[in-house]
Amino acid sequence: MSMIKGIAASNGVAIAKAYKLETPDLSFETKKVEDVASEIKRLEAALDISKLELEKIKENARKTLGDEHAEIFSAHLLVLSDPELITPIEDKIKNESVNAEAALHDTATMFINMFKAMDNEYMRERAADIQDVTKRVMAHLLQVSFPDPALIDEQVVIIAEDLTPSDTAQLNKQFVKGFATNIGGRTSHSAIMARSLEIPAIVGTKTITEDVKEGDILIVDGIDGDVIINPTVEEIALYEKKQDNFAKQKQIWAKLKDEPTVSSDGTHVELVANIGTPDDVQGILNNGGEGVGLYRTEFLYMGNSDFPTEDQQFEAYKSVLEQMGDKPVVVRTLDIGGDKELSYLDLPHEMNPFLGFRAIRLCLERDDIFRTQLRALLRASAYGNLKIMFPMIATLNEFREAKALLLEEKANLVNDGVSVSDDIEVGIMVEIPSTAVIARQFAKEVDFFSIGTNDLIQYTMAADRMNERVSYLYQPYHPAILNLVNNVIEAAHAEGKWAGMCGEMAGDPIAIPILLGLGLDEFSMSATSILPARTQIKDLSKAEMASYKEELLSMSTADEVEAFIREKTNQ
Amino acid sequence: MAAEKTVTITDATGVHARPATVLVNKAGQFAADITVEYNGKSVNLKSIMGVMSLGIPKDAELKIVAEGSDEKEAVEAIYDVIKQEGLGE
Repeated sequence: MSMIKGIAASNGVAIAKAYKLETPDLSFETKKVEDVASEIKRLEAALDISKLELEKIKENARKTLGDEHAEIFSAHLLVLSDPELITPIEDKIKNESVNAEAALHDTATMFINMFKAMDNEYMRERAADIQDVTKRVMAHLLQVSFPDPALIDEQVVIIAEDLTPSDTAQLNKQFVKGFATNIGGRTSHSAIMARSLEIPAIVGTKTITEDVKEGDILIVDGIDGDVIINPTVEEIALYEKKQDNFAKQKQIWAKLKDEPTVSSDGTHVELVANIGTPDDVQGILNNGGEGVGLYRTEFLYMGNSDFPTEDQQFEAYKSVLEQMGDKPVVVRTLDIGGDKELSYLDLPHEMNPFLGFRAIRLCLERDDIFRTQLRALLRASAYGNLKIMFPMIATLNEFREAKALLLEEKANLVNDGVSVSDDIEVGIMVEIPSTAVIARQFAKEVDFFSIGTNDLIQYTMAADRMNERVSYLYQPYHPAILNLVNNVIEAAHAEGKWAGMCGEMAGDPIAIPILLGLGLDEFSMSATSILPARTQIKDLSKAEMASYKEELLSMSTADEVEAFIREKTNQ
Repeated sequence: MAAEKTVTITDATGVHARPATVLVNKAGQFAADITVEYNGKSVNLKSIMGVMSLGIPKDAELKIVAEGSDEKEAVEAIYDVIKQEGLGE
């Protein structure tokens, strides 16, 4: 056996056959054919079976992702029926007596190059679509299998370079028991999807696609981040035990589902969840969440051909608020721009998208977009316990301007006789160091803080969290981060306000004792992290953790902090 | 004689994949040969690759031309789709 180490992205243990999700060898020889008619038949057969597969994928995507996302496969299907593509291929077979593989390859390449040469980012991306569909047809011509997550119908563990959003959308939990990829980190798309699907996953193994052969038996241990290739009988028994223990652990967690989160010395903190759509609310309720700590509203805007209307937004917000009853729902206003683009909002390309025109900066300039969202939120406020926060606040003036717009729209609605809640708390995300440093001044004007650690860490350390070469600088336990977090919490409490945290750090077992000791009031995390966190906090003494505060804040490195916490909490 | 109609694209991103799919599907329902002309180039509106290859941006003037037994209905139907999809007028 051999063992590969990676980053544990989603916990649990899976034992199943490997299924490699990668493009097979599609090389071919150009040959002369004599029977042209049967060569065209062979092409038609490959096209037909490809279309059948795409129909199946489209249906799957419709079920798991909704109509909007399934539409891309309609376009793929049209490509395969397109006379402009098919006729030249058939003509080439007829006129030049070449095999279907060569005719398909040459014709598709011509189109792909044409699209790639276009002076339009969007059209260049379409070259990839044509490439995708023609690869599928080529695979059928060559009679090699073309891996497709939607077509899996036996229990497997998926092995891939990376999983794209459309790959993960097609995963069927019934058959896909886990996955392991070469690239990615705990916050990459594939990792987040694995946690919401509740299947074990390991990312960032670098070499797993080379180490594993199709059909190898694999153990994916998402608790410790290990992949074991072709384990012995004893090892399988060992990990089945671990699987069992994990299932039992989950049952213990489940018992805490309806309990409040209280430390061993009686302090109550709130454990809430991050969501992207109204569909995610069920996951919070299943996992005993005490509210929504971060509702990312971008998803309403993404994957659309135009801005969502006020009514569309109102329905989504109302649905979340109603499902949560009297529990708090913190909605973050639109955080778009920079790396998150909208096809219908033409923004210039930026050298430094994370430092650019985005989030509140964009909303204050395009107040037409912003006001629509604020009105939808205000109307929905009558249906639950709404709190609103603004993202990427760097100066007090930005907060004041945003709040003024909110109050203006509120007055307009009240004038029109629309009912709006009178106790909507208005707060900010703290993700820019300047704001964390003068949190004391902010605390006089905002109702609450929510510390966005993913961005706060990357801005404080000046390290792009997507860049693997500097990912070692992404250090949540760095004393600089802890001092900023402490500053924000102290500032909030000095003014009688509350401080929360959204971002992966809030659910991290090393960070939780530190944050409890610093006095954090609200922890917002993936829904599946809530019960483990509640279990952990139950056994922690807040007074003890608070007594380490000065020592932790004066440490010099993240490693020192981590080692100290591990020792004190037996981790 | 052929039926034709000129439209101006008002959608900020031009004719992208999703509405192009709807247009091509609609065109496929008619017997007439239907083409779309933009910037001196004319392509088959029953071809997704053809339509996408035009790279039609905002403010483009398009001419829809249909020729065949149901040419009038075809041009009107295509025009309706363009309006319904918020592509142009």
